[in-house]
Amino acid sequence: MSKKIQSKRRDFLFTVTYTIGAVGVGAAIWPLIDQMNPGSSVKALATTEVDVSSVEVGKTIIVLWRGKPIFIRRRTKEEIEEASAVDLKDLKDPEKDEDRAKDPEWLVMVGVCTHLGCVPLGEKGEYNGWFCPCHGSHYDTSGRVRKGPAPNNLEIPKYEFINNNIIKIG
Amino acid sequence: MSEEKYIPNSKIGQWFDSRLPLLTLSAHLREYPTPRNLNYWWTFGGILTFFLITQIVTGVILAMYYVAHSDLAFESIEHIMRDINYGWLIRYVHANGSSMFFLAVYIHIFRTLYYGSYKSPREVIWITGLIIYLFMMVTAFTGYVLPWGQMSFWAATVITNLFSAIPLIGENITEWLWGGYSVGNPTLNRFYSLHYLFPFLIFGLVILHIWALHVPGNNNPVGIDVKKNNNETVSFHPFIVMKDLFALLVFLIIFFIFVFFAPNVLGHPDNYIVANPLVTPTHIVPEWYLLPFYAILRAIPSKLGGVIFMFASIFILMLLPWLDTSKVRSATFRPLYKKFFWILVVTVILLGYLGAKPPEGIYLILARIATIYYFVHFLIILPLLGRYEKTSPLPLSISDPVLNKPDIVDKFKKIVGEYEGENVDSFK
Repeated sequence: MSKKIQSKRRDFLFTVTYTIGAVGVGAAIWPLIDQMNPGSSVKALATTEVDVSSVEVGKTIIVLWRGKPIFIRRRTKEEIEEASAVDLKDLKDPEKDEDRAKDPEWLVMVGVCTHLGCVPLGEKGEYNGWFCPCHGSHYDTSGRVRKGPAPNNLEIPKYEFINNNIIKIG
Repeated sequence: MSEEKYIPNSKIGQWFDSRLPLLTLSAHLREYPTPRNLNYWWTFGGILTFFLITQIVTGVILAMYYVAHSDLAFESIEHIMRDINYGWLIRYVHANGSSMFFLAVYIHIFRTLYYGSYKSPREVIWITGLIIYLFMMVTAFTGYVLPWGQMSFWAATVITNLFSAIPLIGENITEWLWGGYSVGNPTLNRFYSLHYLFPFLIFGLVILHIWALHVPGNNNPVGIDVKKNNNETVSFHPFIVMKDLFALLVFLIIFFIFVFFAPNVLGHPDNYIVANPLVTPTHIVPEWYLLPFYAILRAIPSKLGGVIFMFASIFILMLLPWLDTSKVRSATFRPLYKKFFWILVVTVILLGYLGAKPPEGIYLILARIATIYYFVHFLIILPLLGRYEKTSPLPLSISDPVLNKPDIVDKFKKIVGEYEGENVDSFK
């Protein structure tokens, strides 16, 4: 065998070895990284059912879902009108009110400010919705961000009405 | 380093040292030549070493009683405070120790800025120091979460949510950090693990930091290179050791005033309320030593932008040795830099003050101005100064500024004369 062929053979073997080695190291490291993701016991708690029959018009209840507060607000007529009357051009994160509240009377949102995760205070702020005390974000009566550093509207979780009284979140 | 090779006196010492040269290392540390004009701003390295060890010792003890579980953590801290013998003292030393650690590190950093100690050939000392500082912030933050009070919980929430600003993968990263869909027990557990790990990483980095220092040796207040073997250096022990110890004692007086008379003044009363994921305290602020960065975060009217600027404000310091192109190290001989240095100090303190205020009205405007100035200082002023500043002439040696004052010899003669009462002309 000439020297040239030999060195090509060597290069090939080195490349293959490095590649397989890198895959092996990656495979060994992945469990060490993935262990930090939510575990089975955490994922198992992914749905919550809430009885909302006792909530009056103009009241909000807060329940915990996946360790996060969920705002369930039974909105007043004025609030619904105010929310649907907003021009989408005025919104930082444009969303129609009817897309956010399936049943306009019930607004179900994750009560976590989309800025840095504080819990906004209800019926406060310049738009009669929510106000985050941490860094001053204002949300309207549909939970849409109107002012302040938050980039998005308050998140709407996956939920459904099982019957007239019970909402299943998750 | 003495020029001759160190040889232990005893036979057994020689036997051991030839196998593991610890005695040589110790001799090097004792004899390490140090510029004799170091002032008290140079004592903070020793103070920081002391506080690192204090934090590790008290922390290991606290870990014997602390329970890292979201249901038990808060009560285990109260148990330490009320039931464990001297538990209150050990915890207050640990909690206030972190504040003193940061106070000392800020003085240490600003000393470096004033005297230009980060310049060639000391760039690596500076960068290892900044990594230590970053690790200190991680350690302080994870430690602050452990008592599982309201401030702990919401600090953890806000800081981990910083990563949700990263486009596309932000949400995945925060859930990965939390081990759940919000800050919870898995988060507390891993923070505890990391809080125990990081101080030892810092300890390792401190060794590298000192090692890198011992290659070129210390900078000094005059900022010119010290001529070795020219009576311009003193050995580290006992001269610098004694000076460091004195400074440490003075610093400890301040420390123990906090520990014994105002142990909670640097904390927040809300952290004596157990964590509640449904209620955010109306006014959340980080610990004082992180306030300037918090002010920068809030000054930018965009989530991602705020996070980028906050991290940039720290990482920009890594580039400092190359942004500051002036060959003169000490601000003593840089009349303009000296002024800008003090403006920077005021700016950083102002940012700290604004970080504790609500982000609205005049506070927000001032925070924006101060943030812009902070970056202008490093990115524009320093490179321009390096090019255009007219520096004062440098002295020929570190003893020049002392001995070249016209009346210094007469003064000295007078002082000595008072004691001796006789002719002291032979001094000159």
